[in-house]
Amino acid sequence: MLEYSLDKTFAALSDPARRAIVEQLTLGPASVSELARPLPMSLPAAMLHLKVLEDAGLVSSAKVGRVRTCTVNPAMLSQAEAWVADRRAMWERNLDRLGAFLDATADET
Amino acid sequence: MRSVVHASFTITRRWKASPVRVFAAFADQKKKDLWFGGGSDWTPVSRSFDFRVGGKENGSGRWKTGVVSHFDATYLDIVDDERIIYSYVMHLDDRKISVSQACIELTPDGEGTKFVLTEYGDFLDGYDDAGSREHGTSWLMDNLEKSLET
Repeated sequence: MLEYSLDKTFAALSDPARRAIVEQLTLGPASVSELARPLPMSLPAAMLHLKVLEDAGLVSSAKVGRVRTCTVNPAMLSQAEAWVADRRAMWERNLDRLGAFLDATADET
Repeated sequence: MRSVVHASFTITRRWKASPVRVFAAFADQKKKDLWFGGGSDWTPVSRSFDFRVGGKENGSGRWKTGVVSHFDATYLDIVDDERIIYSYVMHLDDRKISVSQACIELTPDGEGTKFVLTEYGDFLDGYDDAGSREHGTSWLMDNLEKSLET
């Protein structure tokens, strides 16, 4: 379902390490160890992040011999999802500003 | 080419501010103008605000790209400090890109507020790249597009 998968997508992308992984994969397929190398974490920790990205449908992986190769999955962002992501992003930015406004005026009654 | 895509989404936030203060940020134009709109990339060109059931709100502004976006809403339901429902049409220049209904629910959450926005939209006539960039599509979308082109 669209809403469900979008929630997963946004949750998956809420982490900087996972965004770094997706960003690297948009440049081309990479092995798990290649993806983990620039990250300030252990290989098992990086693999957990990859699992979240795979569960959200953003990343696919396949094992060839001893190497697991990952690829980004652009198809999951269908037209509807692109629309919703766009509109949602607009709201998120507005609500960030609203939150900042509420904090800044917290002393006012 | 004519097309309609139907979609809905929900955004939940929790703020320390009371529902009264969150509601006021929607109900008072001076307050709303401080956060609603396109931010620093967006220059307002027209504005009207009539916050009551049946009242209308307009917010039009020019993006850095030169495209002008128009937000035109009609308030359908208002319960002070609890709920706001409005329908709205978005245009980019003279293209009508969506017709939506937004429902904002405010619930006390300790001293603060749980904010839930649910939007149901009919997105019209295909996804438009210019419109997407207009709203500052994230690096992800841009990179995904690039990866599709290569």
